[in-house]
Amino acid sequence: MSEIKLERVKELDDKCLKIRKDLLNFIYQIGMGHLGGELSMVEIAVALYYEYMNFDPKNIEMVDRDRLVLSKAHCSETLYTIYSDLGIYTMDYMVEHFESLHTAKFGMHCNRKYCEPIEVSTGSLGHGLPVAVGMALAARKQKAPWRTFVITGDGELDEGTNWEAIMAAGHFQLGNLVAIVDKNQVQMTGTTENVMSLDPLAPKFEAFGWEVIEIEDGNDMLQVCEAFKKIGPAEPTLRQKPIFIIANTVKGKGVDFMEGNPKWHGGGIAKKQLDEALQQVEKNRMVR
Amino acid sequence: MAVQTTFDFDQMLSSAKEAYGEELLKMAEEGFDFVFTYSDNVAPSTAAGKLTQNYPERCFNFGIAEPNQVGASAGLALAGEIVFAQVFGPFLPLRAADQIHTDIAYNDVNVRLIGTHSGVTAGGGPTHNDIADLALYRAIPNLTVVVPADAGQCRKIIRASMEYDGPMIIRIDRAGSPNVYADDNYEFTIGKAIETIEGTDVTIISTGSCIYECMMASKELQKDGLSVGVIDMHTIKPLDKNAIVKYSNKTGVVVTVEDHSINGGLGGAVAETLCEAGFCGKFKRIGMPDEFAVLGDPDEVYKYYGVERVGIAKTIRKMMSK
Repeated sequence: MSEIKLERVKELDDKCLKIRKDLLNFIYQIGMGHLGGELSMVEIAVALYYEYMNFDPKNIEMVDRDRLVLSKAHCSETLYTIYSDLGIYTMDYMVEHFESLHTAKFGMHCNRKYCEPIEVSTGSLGHGLPVAVGMALAARKQKAPWRTFVITGDGELDEGTNWEAIMAAGHFQLGNLVAIVDKNQVQMTGTTENVMSLDPLAPKFEAFGWEVIEIEDGNDMLQVCEAFKKIGPAEPTLRQKPIFIIANTVKGKGVDFMEGNPKWHGGGIAKKQLDEALQQVEKNRMVR
Repeated sequence: MAVQTTFDFDQMLSSAKEAYGEELLKMAEEGFDFVFTYSDNVAPSTAAGKLTQNYPERCFNFGIAEPNQVGASAGLALAGEIVFAQVFGPFLPLRAADQIHTDIAYNDVNVRLIGTHSGVTAGGGPTHNDIADLALYRAIPNLTVVVPADAGQCRKIIRASMEYDGPMIIRIDRAGSPNVYADDNYEFTIGKAIETIEGTDVTIISTGSCIYECMMASKELQKDGLSVGVIDMHTIKPLDKNAIVKYSNKTGVVVTVEDHSINGGLGGAVAETLCEAGFCGKFKRIGMPDEFAVLGDPDEVYKYYGVERVGIAKTIRKMMSK
């Protein structure tokens, strides 16, 4: 979209609220998840699936679809929830087929063979970016218009394979590759700053030949849209640099007792907590 | 019936390491569509080097970063490409184990990982030995693992892989080794062992360039009045268990030979198969023992550990004298 219309942003805000509620209910029913990182990436994922990626839920295998690689694959339930909202699977079906042995279609980590819209089976951290480099190279070889998007965690960037891929993407001048870091600043045992400091992050990527776009508040849909609209088509004459979007987000966004708390990295949610969380995401929703 | 081999001929050295590049270059010239990724060790003067120069739009040098190369190769395949990925063997299975497991095997993609200089053939000591790879690959689902016996078989494997669905490891050991097969006029099927020499007293099951050394040991043991058969188990996974049981039961004495640790590789696979089949004969594994190999020229290292004709013959004589 060339111009960002406020009405559309408000619609996407509403969508984010719905996804947060559905996600919380989903995690309550399946008893496991990674709510902290799943809630922090909601705006990123909603903006991609509902506005900026070429994706048709009625034609998932579309040849020229944009590809999304969820490198922080433990946050798969955010994507599943979106697939449900898009009408690809019903919520009941997802609950029934979540890690259900013989009939499983959905797992804590993404599996492309079970769940149709998943492009790459991931789970072990630091894999998404190298695979995405290969996909972007293939698109360029095939002179295809599609782009490759990767969502990584910030803690995940500790893994050295990311930096091999970041170097290669700059070297190969992959202008059709977009990496988005969900920079919620918390990993399993504490803050990224304390566990393994990342900052300053933007100059690192710039030094490797990437164009960096920083979103001050990655949970503000208007700011997310403003960043994503700069991506543009995958046209080698227009762009030679891969794009790195730093989305500064809040872990557990929308639920007061989860926000910024490493304890909500992984696990399930009790009924009482669910009820409270559902009220809080409503109360904390973005009002424009 | 054994196939025609070069057992009785004077040998010409050929190189499976060169052969893969020659075949890929030929296939590219014939119009086959595939992608070639490589590490920073493909010399411009080689056939693989010429491939990269003649087809730059589909050949990608990943420098010295094997995990990224393997991961990106999976990405290329996920986008519909058939990918041949050349990696210096010693730095493939252990450095990129996670990517082989997750990106290649779990995603079940059409990548052919070509590990050159596998086994101890690179020289340079244990950091440059690749003797744990088969143990790793055998435990990873979806992988097909093939080890060419000579340059001609390597070409057959490369070509056959274009029609093969799923991930594949092509393990190339000695750079220059004698041809095993007299010509290309023999049937080669991935997953089906080949009887290169018929034998009635002893069965050697081997893989890769060790096959030739086993054939020479068989020849030597003829002087002792022993009939020693040699089976080319070119596919380690899926394993031709029927052939293992059939040829082992024929003689009751089985020896495995491999340029790999005796733990977890071909020897381990054969032992498991025979044990489950109720085999009660004699059995011995020849390969690299459970230690970091001594330093020396590869041919000397093979001799030191008895993984060549003299050592193989010696081991078999000892087994037969008991």
